[in-house]
Amino acid sequence: MRHDHVISAKQLTRGDIESVLDRARDIAADPSAYASRHDGALLGLLFFEPSTRTKMSFSAAIKRLGGGVVDMGPVDASSVKKGESLADTVRVIEGYADALVLRHPSEGSAKMAAEYVDVPLINAGDGAGQHPTQTLLDIYTIRENAGLDDLSIGIMGDLKYGRTVHSLAHALTNFETTQHFVSPDTLALPRSVRYDLHEEGASVKEHTDLEHILPDLDVLYVTRIQRERFPDESEYRAVAGQYQIDAGTLGAVADDLVVMHPLPRVDEIASDVDNTDHARYFQQAHNGVPVRMALLDQLLEGEQ
Amino acid sequence: MTSDRELRVSKIQSGTVIDHITSGQALNVLAILGIDGTDDEIVSIGMNVPSDRLGTKDIVKVEGRELSQGELDVLSLIAPVATINIIRDYGVVEKHRVDRPTEVTGVLQCSNHNCITTEDEPVDSHFEVLDDGVRCVYCDTIVREDLAAHILA
Ligand SMILES: [Zn+2]
Repeated sequence: MRHDHVISAKQLTRGDIESVLDRARDIAADPSAYASRHDGALLGLLFFEPSTRTKMSFSAAIKRLGGGVVDMGPVDASSVKKGESLADTVRVIEGYADALVLRHPSEGSAKMAAEYVDVPLINAGDGAGQHPTQTLLDIYTIRENAGLDDLSIGIMGDLKYGRTVHSLAHALTNFETTQHFVSPDTLALPRSVRYDLHEEGASVKEHTDLEHILPDLDVLYVTRIQRERFPDESEYRAVAGQYQIDAGTLGAVADDLVVMHPLPRVDEIASDVDNTDHARYFQQAHNGVPVRMALLDQLLEGEQ
Repeated sequence: MTSDRELRVSKIQSGTVIDHITSGQALNVLAILGIDGTDDEIVSIGMNVPSDRLGTKDIVKVEGRELSQGELDVLSLIAPVATINIIRDYGVVEKHRVDRPTEVTGVLQCSNHNCITTEDEPVDSHFEVLDDGVRCVYCDTIVREDLAAHILA
């Protein structure tokens, strides 16, 4: 990968993805070898909406490379509330840091912000748009547990607004995968993602029901269906209930089915799945640190 | 007997005649040009005029006005076979078809209300033109229906 911005999974080639994943594997095998690799490097954290998990994961990654963070802090305490534009904010903060991580509620925010800065900018989630570093750790987890060749993956839940889904779907077009999308009709893939998958010639199937494809899957990637997508509580419960799994659901699946989730979960994966061999979502979350270390290592290397 | 085009075009002294507009799009063409009747531009409109080529068509004539490239780009999206006649001294001095651009900047608003280009940021809207519609390069939203409704005022 060029020392550049990381805005969308659409920009990632198979080679880009594999080079990050290979480095992440080296890091995971011998983290101490990387402990002083970027001594003194500073990562600017700009989180315009709360995301404890992603933020902590980036903080851990840069610190384990010998660097540190400068954190804009919560939005209500910052100048954003006083009406400063995002374009101004990133231009100020790039002067404090060697790379920036941006989480922002508007789609396209990271792309626009990147046009205003010279240091590498990483999109850590732009509204319902993209979340490419989540995708890198997702694909790392898939590769470690199921391999990436001839893969059959089910992606279930809120496919319309789920940025982790959009990024993952794009990135998987680089590999020989069949993607099964499982959701209620109202939360099916957005037109733009469907358009790209079609353009890429991806093997894609859409379903409203998990049961009949579950036995064919190597990986099941579950995402949360949010209450606010529905007009009322009863409709939400009725629909969301059809896209939850528990140990019983997994009774008839292949022994090596890998169950993933970007977390946090609410009740879409029952806790009785946690102790089965299928559950990999905590491992997946842990993989965020070596994968983000690998990405930061590449980006900061390019800056030197 | 004069032809249909001469009849309707010859009365303008100088300005632009946009001919072969898809029927029903004349008012949207005016919207693209930012013409709402509040300025003193002299404008004539023909709607559902018989046309050999199109069956029926719309025509818009604007006195004393030539079109910018951005205006032509958006025009091409809603009236893909329109012809532009530049008139000086009652004569057609230039005549060309609209070209479908590969991208349009600053003339359409993204239909996604959560797109960064709809916020108070120093960024122009920017769309890639697809075979069927346009696509926001910032948020990826594809707009196919009713492009004219997305024209920035
Ligand atoms: Zn947009």
